[in-house]
Amino acid sequence: MRNLRIVGSVIAAVLIAGAVAAFAITWRPAIAAIDPPAPQSFDTALVKRGRDLAAIGNCNDCHTVRGGQNFAGGLPVPTPFGTIFSSNITPDAETGIGRWSEAAFRRAMRSGVNRDGQHLYPTFPYDHFTNVTDADDQALYAYLMTRQPVHAPARENQLSFPLDQRFVIAGWKLLFLRHGTYQPDSRQSAEWNRGAYLVEGLAHCGSCHTPRNALGAERASAQFAGGDVDNWHAYAINAQSPAPVPWDADALFAYLRDGWHPDHGVARGPMAQVVSNLSSVPPSDIRAIATYMADVFGAPTPDRKRQGEAVLAQVKSPAPQPSKTNAAGASIYAAACATCHETDRSLPYGGVNLALSTAIANSDPRNLANIVLSGVRAVEGEPSPIMPGFASSMDDGQITALLNYLRARFSNQPAWTGVEKTVETARRTQTVFLQTSPGPRNAPANATQRDKP
Amino acid sequence: MMTLKVNGHDHEIDADPDTPLLYVLRDDIKLNAAKFGCGLGQCGSCTVIVDGKAVLSCVTPLLLLEGKQVTTLEGLGTIEAPAPIQRAFMEEQAAQCGYCIAGMMMRAQALLQSNPKPTDEQIRAELEPHLCRCGTHMRILRAVHRAIRLMDTADASSTTHRSAQ
Repeated sequence: MRNLRIVGSVIAAVLIAGAVAAFAITWRPAIAAIDPPAPQSFDTALVKRGRDLAAIGNCNDCHTVRGGQNFAGGLPVPTPFGTIFSSNITPDAETGIGRWSEAAFRRAMRSGVNRDGQHLYPTFPYDHFTNVTDADDQALYAYLMTRQPVHAPARENQLSFPLDQRFVIAGWKLLFLRHGTYQPDSRQSAEWNRGAYLVEGLAHCGSCHTPRNALGAERASAQFAGGDVDNWHAYAINAQSPAPVPWDADALFAYLRDGWHPDHGVARGPMAQVVSNLSSVPPSDIRAIATYMADVFGAPTPDRKRQGEAVLAQVKSPAPQPSKTNAAGASIYAAACATCHETDRSLPYGGVNLALSTAIANSDPRNLANIVLSGVRAVEGEPSPIMPGFASSMDDGQITALLNYLRARFSNQPAWTGVEKTVETARRTQTVFLQTSPGPRNAPANATQRDKP
Repeated sequence: MMTLKVNGHDHEIDADPDTPLLYVLRDDIKLNAAKFGCGLGQCGSCTVIVDGKAVLSCVTPLLLLEGKQVTTLEGLGTIEAPAPIQRAFMEEQAAQCGYCIAGMMMRAQALLQSNPKPTDEQIRAELEPHLCRCGTHMRILRAVHRAIRLMDTADASSTTHRSAQ
């Protein structure tokens, strides 16, 4: 009897301790609401710095929905767990972050907790933003609090139980959120460290370009090995890069700043928005990102370098390659693609020679299917690259024939399998992406290119 | 040799399978409503309807049209009996030089066939691939809205039905 009582009290003690621990892990206090600060109360230089940082962070891409107001949220983000809608980060007192103090903003950036003390889903990439310094958080806060307030209530996330319970996120954080601001590497240059700070932090490149595990966290062991986002494949941007010509720091700088590079083509899909934002930030920061990422890519092997040079030589003096095995694909290419992709009109207004296309060299045909179906939209009010979509004129079988032809002719990689299924899925999902994504606002070309389309 | 169905008629066409539909329409069948603008699928002036969808005929090779129904502006109505979309464009005087208008009308027609009551925003988004260098955009938008009203009336149904087949 006494033994039973002891066992009983031990169980009770364990349960209570467990409950206390669970409470400590999951519970976060609310941070007191403030009266929305007057825009004039922020230093203009600070606001300007925040503007550049917000562009590097690509904040407007997720926090704006097509046809909606800037930063007012509402963009559906499809995840393997359900659809999560981005929040309103304008300084609206009721539906935005107008009543958030700077401390509340910093806590959200660093630990993914909102002002009320609720855990935020890691679609908001605080696993990266935890690296952002106090000074940069202050500037971002100043920038966001001086935007136009927009009344836009949050949309209900579409998640099933138990993921719709926010305390579950506390467990996720316990497993995957590593706190601690970025630690510089003293063996590297200041520029490299600046780039690393931006890439690993605010720019959160890994959110798309690093594959995720079954619980939706980035796999640390496969950093930058290529990931999935919005039914696009974000290419590997490390030594496994499928780009026909290896990337280097200069090419990365030009691509990130101008949105295109003659050896790689024009940024499109979700990356179009990224380069559109980067076109307006200080070149020194883009240079830093390029320097760090070139190191992540690593110097190409002699073999890889030779292949890249061979591709560039082939592009300069192309040999006609009539296809006997895929007549349909060849004819479609000749009539629908070659008129732009095989001309002497240079990038970004001419089409890239497809031997340089990463989409065709990549192991996953999804991006190529997306681009053939939807094309490249022109940027409103700016001379910009444009490609018509072929969703209305080609059926899945015809696009499949085209994709197989392009892979055989323009890459030295083995044929894809299951292309028709990929095309079918792409047709379904791209329609959604194009209806919700805000799309780029700046033309991806630098000012000197803009006046000669 | 292939059979191309245009505006309800069969045409025997002797051309390479990679010949753009636009060339066949203009040179072989002598239907000149669809215009050659850029030849790159970037301006919209060559737009026709294929199986109910607006398609850029300058970048659509013949081989994609096996067994499909092509409708050009000539297939919508005649000078004596213009289709609602044509009447609407005339009544709003929506053409200035007119080069883009055939394409504009065809995409607007395709839109109204699939969505008889589009919003202004939907019309603008749909016509986005079309360039008009004269600046007649506001009249074009008014014309599409007028066509919506015209198509609402019974006399409009015959032409829309025909092109939808």
